[in-house]
Amino acid sequence: MKVLTLIEAVTDALRTEMASDRSVVVFGEDVGVEGGVFRATAGLQRDFGEERCFDTPISESGIVGAAVGMAVAGLKPVVEIQFSGFAFPAFNQIVSHVARIRNRTRGALSAPMVIRMPYGGGIRAPEHHSESVETFFGHIPGLKVVIPSTPHDAKGLLIAAIRDPDPVIFLEPSRAYRAVRQEVPEEAYSIRIGAARVEAEGEDLTLVSYGAQMIEARQARAALAAEGRSVELIDLRTIYPFDARAVVESVRKTGRLLVVHEGPQSFGVASELMATVMEQAFDRLEAPPARLAGPDVIYPMPRGEKHYLISAEQVMAEARKVMSYEP
Amino acid sequence: MIEEYDPREGRLLSLLDEEGNLLPVPAGMPRLSDEQALAAYKTMVLARQADEWAVNLNRQGRMPTYPPNKGQEANSIGALLALRQDDWFVPAFRELGGMLVRGLSLKQYYLYWYGNESANHMPKDTFRMMPMSVPVGSHMLHAVGLAWAERYQGSDRIAITFTGEGGTSEGEFHEACNLAGVWKAGTIIYVQNNYWSISLPWPKQSASPTVAEKGFAYGFPGIRVDGNDVFAVYAAVKLAADRARSGKGPTLIEGVTYRLGAHTTSDDPTKYRTEEEVKQWEPRDPLLRLERYLVGKKKLDASEVTRLREQSLACAQGAFEEAEQVADPHLEDTFRWHFVEMPDLLAQQLERRKA
Repeated sequence: MKVLTLIEAVTDALRTEMASDRSVVVFGEDVGVEGGVFRATAGLQRDFGEERCFDTPISESGIVGAAVGMAVAGLKPVVEIQFSGFAFPAFNQIVSHVARIRNRTRGALSAPMVIRMPYGGGIRAPEHHSESVETFFGHIPGLKVVIPSTPHDAKGLLIAAIRDPDPVIFLEPSRAYRAVRQEVPEEAYSIRIGAARVEAEGEDLTLVSYGAQMIEARQARAALAAEGRSVELIDLRTIYPFDARAVVESVRKTGRLLVVHEGPQSFGVASELMATVMEQAFDRLEAPPARLAGPDVIYPMPRGEKHYLISAEQVMAEARKVMSYEP
Repeated sequence: MIEEYDPREGRLLSLLDEEGNLLPVPAGMPRLSDEQALAAYKTMVLARQADEWAVNLNRQGRMPTYPPNKGQEANSIGALLALRQDDWFVPAFRELGGMLVRGLSLKQYYLYWYGNESANHMPKDTFRMMPMSVPVGSHMLHAVGLAWAERYQGSDRIAITFTGEGGTSEGEFHEACNLAGVWKAGTIIYVQNNYWSISLPWPKQSASPTVAEKGFAYGFPGIRVDGNDVFAVYAAVKLAADRARSGKGPTLIEGVTYRLGAHTTSDDPTKYRTEEEVKQWEPRDPLLRLERYLVGKKKLDASEVTRLREQSLACAQGAFEEAEQVADPHLEDTFRWHFVEMPDLLAQQLERRKA
């Protein structure tokens, strides 16, 4: 086992799959010679050749649109969008073609591919570099949307995404790229898409999060434990199809739910999870389900980021409220 | 050869005049044989009859919105005849003739416009064809990726894609041309310039005098052909296909043509164009020109023409009746094709719909 950062685990997964399957091709802006602006594809062009890991013009729609043709012809493109804030030119391809071709042709053609992109804030980046986009993609029928928060999950989920017969949007929390280190097996392994992970068991509250926000969720859980509170922490890992069963089962045990995510609150992942819990565990609830999400505002530039991001203290305060609620 | 028809110098490749006389074909120019021309004609008659019948059905209230092909048939028919059956075909939605050449049945074509997705079930190895693409201009990139992937996999298959001149105003046309040029992809981008994109005429679509000359900016040739001349279309696509197959990269072809019908059956062209303009194009009808040629060559006579038309109309009528008999998609069909394995979330929604 090697100790890797999240981004090193991404590279490791790409390398593992490229080595075992020649149909896997990796391309995008600056992913070849430079190895990506975050270095997710570092060394891949050197080791697998320019044909299998190459730089494209600045052309997000072109990258994804060409990948549709490649996938239909039998390849497995793993493309990188440099930042999620630049995914929007490719939106037409993703919505109109990537997600639809299988259903439109009743299975005669399909476009399995992985569209990787760093997402989320907290990296003091310029405008348009910090957006949380999971809800956009989660709302499109025909797509799977995955977000790892640990190196171990990043490798296993990316390998699963590459092997998946359906298209997967793979969102990488850029703030967590180098913030988390973990032992990662050297061999190939995959983690089932659609399965949440109970990171730590608890009795008093179900705390659900994903992506970089898991960092504050973990801190909050640890601090609350010191106060004698037992919080069950779930990493959702897959936005679509999300693991309703895992969340509902946990809430049936704890009776209380708090969902924390960085993306804007309205119509967000928390809303969906809360609705699901209301439908399926209403009789076990001891407090109204709660959410702590990004506000419905445009992501601020670095000097104002502090007004957007959710701290561990905020998570703790909200968690205490939910746990101390009495009707 | 393509380079000799530089659109920037006003050149247009045309081989058949309006009276149906074949002009001297330059040495080295691919030439549709008379047998192939007769086959093209038969397909064109079938496409025309099927197209007019679809418009008629729409007026009867039996067919939803339908986009007529009338007047443009030589473009996709000539193009598909110049390709191999295993080359990729990425259509827009006005390539009925080309689809018939590729082997799609009229029943299946009608079923699509009748509103049933099962019409798009076209097995890859049989058709090498993408389904019709409604979001204008978005599908040309797929042809670039298909050609790239074929070369990567060691095959010499190439890809052709079609769009209207309106599609060239979409950003994805630029991205497709740019990537095809940079990657030297074996892609033919065929633009049917029928002058009108719904109500907008070509001069308001682009300040460029021609579509074809745009190719040069991307580093590959463009050629203008008389899109109502099946001989010229065939020749241009054959030359472009030879270029693509031998690794020389993409070609942009502009078929100069005219939409004799409406944009779709929901459109009323009298709102934006004159009857005089339409009348000017009627003698240039690709079907009549090819007919005159074949009659002149004694490959066809008046009674054969009548017989073919009647046969084709009957064939179209029969095909539509068959399409009408196809069962509507089941509830499960609306759900089951989104993913290889249906997620629980979706399965639960399906169960609720069943209840």
